[in-house]
Amino acid sequence: MPDDFSEPLVRLQAITKRFGSFTANDNVDLELRKGHIHALLGENGAGKSTLVKILYGLLAPTSGTILFAGTPVTMTDPRAARALGIGMVFQHFSLFENLTVAENIALVLPASLSRAALYEQIAAIGERYHLRLEPARMVWSLSAGERQRIEIARCLLQDPQVLVLDEPTSVLTPQEADGLFITLNQLKDEGRALLYISHKLEEVRYLCDHATILRLGRVVETCVPKDHSARELAQLMVGTQIAEVKPQVSQHVGEMRMAVKGLSLAPDQTHGVTLKNIELQAHAGQVLGIAGIAGNGQSELFAALSGERLSGNAQSIFMDGKAVGNRDINARRALGAAFIPEARFGHAAVGDLTLSENVILSQHAHGLVKAGFLRRRAARAQAARIVEDYDVRKTGDDPLARTLSGGNLQKFIFGRENSSKLRLFVIDQPTWGVDARAASTIRRAIVDCAAAGTAVVVISQDLDELFEISDQICVIHEGHLSAAVPASGTNRAEIGLQMTGGMNGV
Amino acid sequence: MTSEFVQAVLLTILTSSIPLILAAIGELVAERAGVLNLGVEGMMICGAVSAFIGAYDTGSALIGAACGILAGALLAAVFGLLAIYLAVNQVAAGLALTIFGLGISGLIGKSYVGLKLTNASHLHLPWLSDIPYVGQILFGEDYFVYAAFALVLGVWLWLNKTHAGLQLRAVGDNHTSANTLGLDVQAIRLWAVLFGGGCAGLAGAYLTLAYTPFWSPGMTAGRGWIALALVVFASWQPWRLVLGALIFGGATILQLQAQALGVRIPSQLLSSVPYLATILALILLSVSKRGKANAPASLGQAFIADK
Amino acid sequence: MAFELPKVTLTLREAPSRLRTFLGPILAFGIAMLLGGLLVALMGKSPWQALDVYFIHPLLDSYNLQALALKASPLVLMAIGLSYCYRANLWNIGAEGQFVIGGTCAGAIAIFTHGAPDNTLWILPAMLLAGVMGGMVTALIPAILKVSLGVSEILTSLMLVYVSQLTLDYLVRGPWRDPKGFNFPVTVTFDPAATLPPLFDGARVHVGVLLTLAIVIIAAIMQGRSLFNFAVRLLGLAPRAARFAGFSEARITLIVFALSGGLAGLAGFMEVSGQINQLQPSISPGYGFTAIIVAFLGRLSPVGILVAGFVLSLTYIGGEAAQISMQLPLDMTQTFQGLLLFCILSADILTRYDVSLAKART
Repeated sequence: MPDDFSEPLVRLQAITKRFGSFTANDNVDLELRKGHIHALLGENGAGKSTLVKILYGLLAPTSGTILFAGTPVTMTDPRAARALGIGMVFQHFSLFENLTVAENIALVLPASLSRAALYEQIAAIGERYHLRLEPARMVWSLSAGERQRIEIARCLLQDPQVLVLDEPTSVLTPQEADGLFITLNQLKDEGRALLYISHKLEEVRYLCDHATILRLGRVVETCVPKDHSARELAQLMVGTQIAEVKPQVSQHVGEMRMAVKGLSLAPDQTHGVTLKNIELQAHAGQVLGIAGIAGNGQSELFAALSGERLSGNAQSIFMDGKAVGNRDINARRALGAAFIPEARFGHAAVGDLTLSENVILSQHAHGLVKAGFLRRRAARAQAARIVEDYDVRKTGDDPLARTLSGGNLQKFIFGRENSSKLRLFVIDQPTWGVDARAASTIRRAIVDCAAAGTAVVVISQDLDELFEISDQICVIHEGHLSAAVPASGTNRAEIGLQMTGGMNGV
Repeated sequence: MTSEFVQAVLLTILTSSIPLILAAIGELVAERAGVLNLGVEGMMICGAVSAFIGAYDTGSALIGAACGILAGALLAAVFGLLAIYLAVNQVAAGLALTIFGLGISGLIGKSYVGLKLTNASHLHLPWLSDIPYVGQILFGEDYFVYAAFALVLGVWLWLNKTHAGLQLRAVGDNHTSANTLGLDVQAIRLWAVLFGGGCAGLAGAYLTLAYTPFWSPGMTAGRGWIALALVVFASWQPWRLVLGALIFGGATILQLQAQALGVRIPSQLLSSVPYLATILALILLSVSKRGKANAPASLGQAFIADK
Repeated sequence: MAFELPKVTLTLREAPSRLRTFLGPILAFGIAMLLGGLLVALMGKSPWQALDVYFIHPLLDSYNLQALALKASPLVLMAIGLSYCYRANLWNIGAEGQFVIGGTCAGAIAIFTHGAPDNTLWILPAMLLAGVMGGMVTALIPAILKVSLGVSEILTSLMLVYVSQLTLDYLVRGPWRDPKGFNFPVTVTFDPAATLPPLFDGARVHVGVLLTLAIVIIAAIMQGRSLFNFAVRLLGLAPRAARFAGFSEARITLIVFALSGGLAGLAGFMEVSGQINQLQPSISPGYGFTAIIVAFLGRLSPVGILVAGFVLSLTYIGGEAAQISMQLPLDMTQTFQGLLLFCILSADILTRYDVSLAKART
């Protein structure tokens, strides 16, 4: 192992980045060394992504310098970064769905490369780093794990000295993540410098040699993660203590609030997933967790459960014994159901509408419309109540939703949908991209909601979250839903295996 | 039927499909880059008037064609500035371009109405051109026919076989990813739109230099719009576009030949055949389902770059 | 690339300032006038004289002011309908055809009741209904194709403009031609019972403008207040959110198309009944396309549209005057309208975003 005192390969010095009045990075220092995996830790909104974009030439710093092998460099665009030997694997993949795997890779390679040579290189890199790839496949037909392999192979084909990985395991099953770690350790042993961005602390403790922790755009600590407990790291990230959500051990199973029977539904989107013969029961007082890797039919399932899309078969969904398969979302709301979709902007809420208008969005049938006209004052009062109850931070009286941070908007949406009279609550990805404190608030509220007698269905990619709040867990994979099992009777490995289809039909 | 008659029919089909092919292949490139330019009609009519003026004043059809291309590209540049760099809604900006183009072409061409061009752009190759049925078509047509087919072939090769073509398709599929990889989304789109404008201008030039030897206001008569529909009909594939254009050409000759054959159908009904056929084509494509999947994924969406 | 093109970046403003929102269209109009003046100068005419003829002279006497209102009325009616479509992000660009079919259907009743005995009070209401229905049905064709098969409404609505115009042309030159019309392609002149009466004795303006005004007021009250307007706006901003709110995209699509087609048909009825008093091969100097510009210049709001309708009406009146007194071709009007639309669209962006030319990131 190379010693720690060698000259760092990359050195970020006093990097500051401002967007208008907002400071995303404030005087940040960071050093990357050959043969080391360096972790960049921080909450959503701590400035990790901004820093990485600067390192990759996507953003220009407001001030500060970047040294590469001791020489100051300026990168005007990602091509300049790649020319220096910096590669990047994005969290939201920078892939092209309607191009083949080979074409996706060819885009970053020299134009002169022949097709045969390209295929040869892809095969070689795949063999060397255990990255199985099918060059002729179209990307839209691939799973998240396969897509990540393309991203990594695309980077490695340029033989980078520095490799940046942004939340690489967030879309992987535990088993896929283990495979990734093998590849990363191999890259480290080859003497490359790796920057590993994550908020999964156990992973970082296991994998990384050093860690820089960002909070509100500033470096709060640089340390060796193995020397600290996950709890200590979390406190450094968040700055305060995070309450742990304790699921209460449910004594008895309440009445059945929702039953789905043999629900099948073709997708309405070009590369969507078909739901196949879904069976599901949600009981009062319980949280049913639905695990699964993104893109396995979660949004289709949400659309079907909420009534945004109707299956055409009234008998496919029952609420409190009533067949509601042909009732739309507002009819189901009238029966005491509430829903929160995954996408905050453009689905659960609209950025260009004010908060009170966003209340009208889903609550217009609940006393906010009179004779076809909006009761704006009542909507504003309701918005104010939600802001108060859920501690939503905002500027201005009734601001546009897009001015709120992700966590605050999610709390607002949660508050809008939650009420003491709820009989059924379906939530898709309740804390996706939300800061730790807001996430904890929301999880707490979900558990409370179930405790008050509501039947809650939570669809989530975050296994930790599901194990924290669920009474029952099932898995969605390629449009199939497995039978629910008690959360206490299973474990991450078992669920993880099902997420890849390993135990299909259980 | 005599060979002259068959030849005349085939020739009519071909000549009426050429402007559609030219305009549509340009728009196809723009759309593959993710830009929907509804201004084809406006660019085409400006190409037509500019080509006529260029050719009339210099006596050279070649200079005329160059003027047509330039005029189309110039209008496209205005559109590109607004729709690509200012992220103005593409539908609205395209409409503005068509309204503006129809108006300004009338202004420019005011004093050229009623003048006639001595048509000199036809090729004649001895022997080859005299082959019955197809000789005249394959070897006796004007340069535009060759230009049109060369363009289709060129665009097909370029899109599918070159690195630059791959970059253009990537921008049309996902502009955010393209930007992340360091492609200049706005520049690539501007070039694509300029190419589209040049092609529309050339299509207009065909109308005044080869199709009819004179200029009259509004003479494009919706061909630009039909070209737009053709791109959809062709599912954004260059060769299907030729097929579609020939079918439309066929619809046009219905209009001309039916009267010659003494069929008593109102001329207005025949004149509306291309427009009704366009609607029908769009319906058929939607029913077949296959077409939609080929649409460039970021078509019509403005790209707004991070700072 | 042969040379580096500049990078333009747009930054969303926290909230669009009221001042900019108000000044935007005015500035756009100013710049379009400047460009138009330049064009006039290039044609060797005096831009000052053009300014006077186009925008000042028509405002100076009551005769012209009435003409202004007469032309503004169809523009405003259609633009209000279109504003609903555009707010929903639906692109009905075929108002011209809907107007023509509306006028044709209304005209049909006038022609078939020609010479009927007195006591025919029902004729005008029937014409109104026929006009509205005609426009509505024409607009519903692209709407139905869109919601049932996913066919793009842009091209189908536009194609129907050509078909509508040819239909009217056929009827006027063929079956509906006035046998005593000296072979001119026109129909009989409508009976008084089929003619919209003037607003007051001797007025050029017909009572239809009152209906237009009433519709503007209703639309202005609905705007920002009714659940329907909210649903339309939501669909335009975020279709998935509209679905989440429980609004049916298909239903809204059909309604806004029916609404805009109906208003275009109503405008067509008023034009043939109150203005032309017969059918002829062309009954619109492109009102349906100009209405698109009116809708945008009016920022898709009813009161804005009312103002913008008068502004664009001015370009028609002024254009006719300029053709006579300055020998400026009528195409000048359309050219100016195109320029104006460019300027409005750019101004809208400048209101919403901060625009900066990225210095090469060095």
